[in-house]
Amino acid sequence: MYPGATSAGVFDLTPTEDEQMLMDAVTELAAELVRPAAAAADAACAAPVEVLEAAREIGLPGLGVSDALGGIMAERSAMAGTLVTEALAHGDMGIAVAALAPGAVATALALWGTEAQQQTYLPAFIGDSGKVPVAALTLSEPSVLFDPFTPATTAVRDGDGFVLDGVKSAVVRGAEAELFVIGAMLDGREALFLVESGTDGLEVEADPSMGLRAAGLARLHLTGVRIAADALLGDTEGVAYTECVRLSRLAWCALAVGTGQAVLDYVKDYVNERQAFGEPISHRQSVAFMVADIAIELQAMRLLTWKAASRAARGADFAREVGLARQLCAERGMRIGLDGVQLLGGHGFVKEHPVERWYRDLRAVGLMEGAVLV
Amino acid sequence: MINLEIPEKQTELVDQAHQLAVHMLRPISRTYDRAEHDYPHELDTLAALIDAISETGVTGGAGASGVRRDASPADAASDAGTVRNGAHLASVLSVAEMCWGDIALLLSMPRQGLGNSAIASLANEEQRERYRGTWAAMAITEPGVGSDSAGITTTAVKDGDHYVINGEKIYVTSGDRADSVVVWATLDRELGRAAIKSFLVRKDNPGLTVERLEHKLGIRASDTAAITFTDCRVPAEDLLGSAEIDTTAGFAGAMVTFDNTRPLVAAMAVGCARASLDLTRDLLEQAGVVIDYDRPAQVQSAAAAKFIQLEADWEGTQLLMMQAAWMADNRRPNSLEASMAKAKAGRVGSDVTLSCVQLCGTLGYSEVELLEKWARDSKILDIFEGTQQIQQLIVARRILGLTSAELK
Repeated sequence: MYPGATSAGVFDLTPTEDEQMLMDAVTELAAELVRPAAAAADAACAAPVEVLEAAREIGLPGLGVSDALGGIMAERSAMAGTLVTEALAHGDMGIAVAALAPGAVATALALWGTEAQQQTYLPAFIGDSGKVPVAALTLSEPSVLFDPFTPATTAVRDGDGFVLDGVKSAVVRGAEAELFVIGAMLDGREALFLVESGTDGLEVEADPSMGLRAAGLARLHLTGVRIAADALLGDTEGVAYTECVRLSRLAWCALAVGTGQAVLDYVKDYVNERQAFGEPISHRQSVAFMVADIAIELQAMRLLTWKAASRAARGADFAREVGLARQLCAERGMRIGLDGVQLLGGHGFVKEHPVERWYRDLRAVGLMEGAVLV
Repeated sequence: MINLEIPEKQTELVDQAHQLAVHMLRPISRTYDRAEHDYPHELDTLAALIDAISETGVTGGAGASGVRRDASPADAASDAGTVRNGAHLASVLSVAEMCWGDIALLLSMPRQGLGNSAIASLANEEQRERYRGTWAAMAITEPGVGSDSAGITTTAVKDGDHYVINGEKIYVTSGDRADSVVVWATLDRELGRAAIKSFLVRKDNPGLTVERLEHKLGIRASDTAAITFTDCRVPAEDLLGSAEIDTTAGFAGAMVTFDNTRPLVAAMAVGCARASLDLTRDLLEQAGVVIDYDRPAQVQSAAAAKFIQLEADWEGTQLLMMQAAWMADNRRPNSLEASMAKAKAGRVGSDVTLSCVQLCGTLGYSEVELLEKWARDSKILDIFEGTQQIQQLIVARRILGLTSAELK
């Protein structure tokens, strides 16, 4: 009756030692550098260089790359990626997305790239020296009822190569990006293509949105963009593309969990301190029960996300689990953002407190495709 | 290592429980929903079968059996540093399977009463030996006292080597069919919670009278009794746990039972809701509805989108239930997680079963299918063993660090 596969292992919610060490490092980064920078980054529509540099120093861009390909983990693990993404988002979702976006392209190259593609591009992402190239994985398009499995962007065979046409949206740090991974329809199937920013026919347009402003969102117009045959990343049967959509949604779930935890931690202190009618407002059930529900729904979101991640990490099918996790994280995550603002009342509506930013950021979870990957 | 699957060593138990649900509970489910108060005699065979399974397995039984928090030092030493998947996880998984069959019949399982959970949690070694094989109901609620269980008025007065119990209890599950009742009574109403003790009272005690059986919205196959105790003399050795009134220990002694039973109630909701989802999915697919986990829900049919939303909530609930049991298996305090699981399970149980009736229209509303029955059965799960609001209070106090005086 239970659709989930069983496992030879034991049910366990304990991260491995390696995962815990990574989480500790990222949690510290999130608390000490990311959170203090979040409000200014939101206003500036850009993540601060020193925060991105600190993320590079602890190896985040190479997290999805196994050490055989030069990465920092013995084996790439969607579980580790999920835990790290959750921890970073506790600092700020927009900065987390900006910091993790190049890693999404590196992970895509590691997972689906040919040896030649990996040799061409990967060293720049995982080298110790110099800065990591800005790169963006872009699947979304600016249309109503967008379905990533029927993108309007097309790739047409032309001689040895392809010609791309269409518009992609929610491109992270689009203005600075040097390399794009772009989703497009080829012969009636979805496929991924590597496109360098200097290619003719590309035009980047800033696309500031409701939230995730630190991620510097942009639109990418592709008009007759001619690319070589070796620009195809992965297969033409939609296999890599489908896995890419699922792993990306998993990352968005982890971002929702980390941000939801930030809301919970913030509002519980606030409602215990804020006085009304001569006592802390937390002494009222209508307030306290909202906090309880945030805690309950958040933990359900986390467990479902972890389940999908652990299946992905084991190489098991996780289509159902990530589909359900996305549903729960989108719906309940937005509710947490909404209640977070409500619990602070008027104070929640002004930028003096971070809850209005979390509200704007959490709206993204259910509609984003691509951009990040675990 | 993080892993949220059902462990392989417990899949056999889960399969067995599922087979019992399919072959022994489902076929009589509608019969005893209609014939409220008739004894489901088929359960005698089933109970014998379950006893046999429990004796051969690593499990805590397939019914609502209690599971003890403590363990022998040898056990503790042998698995130091390892992660255990033990009797608590086995219990919630098997209870969920049985409730996929029928919640009321699971609650009616001979020798698997809620009082048996209390015995498992509170009784000493000698008592547990003496009560082996009993079928114990649980009597806490009174006409004037529900969620505020510290305020019970039933009294127990020491008289020589007996206690004399007086009071009225209602909503006693299996109160008619069980052969004993675990009763909460106070030794001294002035001393509050610390003076509340549990007593095992045999049904043949002349001071105990089953006054009536309730007619209910759901779980109709389970008998729900009102019981009066009139100068009911109980041997002193049938007081469960310590007779001392320890005001520093507060309510913890009695409340530990709830830490064990709340994940089991969550399991009942998980099983019942899954039954609704499984049947609804079949009916929707027969009608040509396609449910796709990859495509955005909003580009699918409204029915498919609703189904995905319900299933997501269900899956989160199942994992909260497993988390609470996993913590107990690994001897970590779990009252917060047990209450989180029950709170979520109570509301999701109702939402899923009611929404499935809606999705299936008059087919779901009719007695032809069991969907309408599950929508009636599930309501009790958000009420007994602590209502939704009581679970929210427990969770809120823990998260916010507030006392019961601060957050009333």
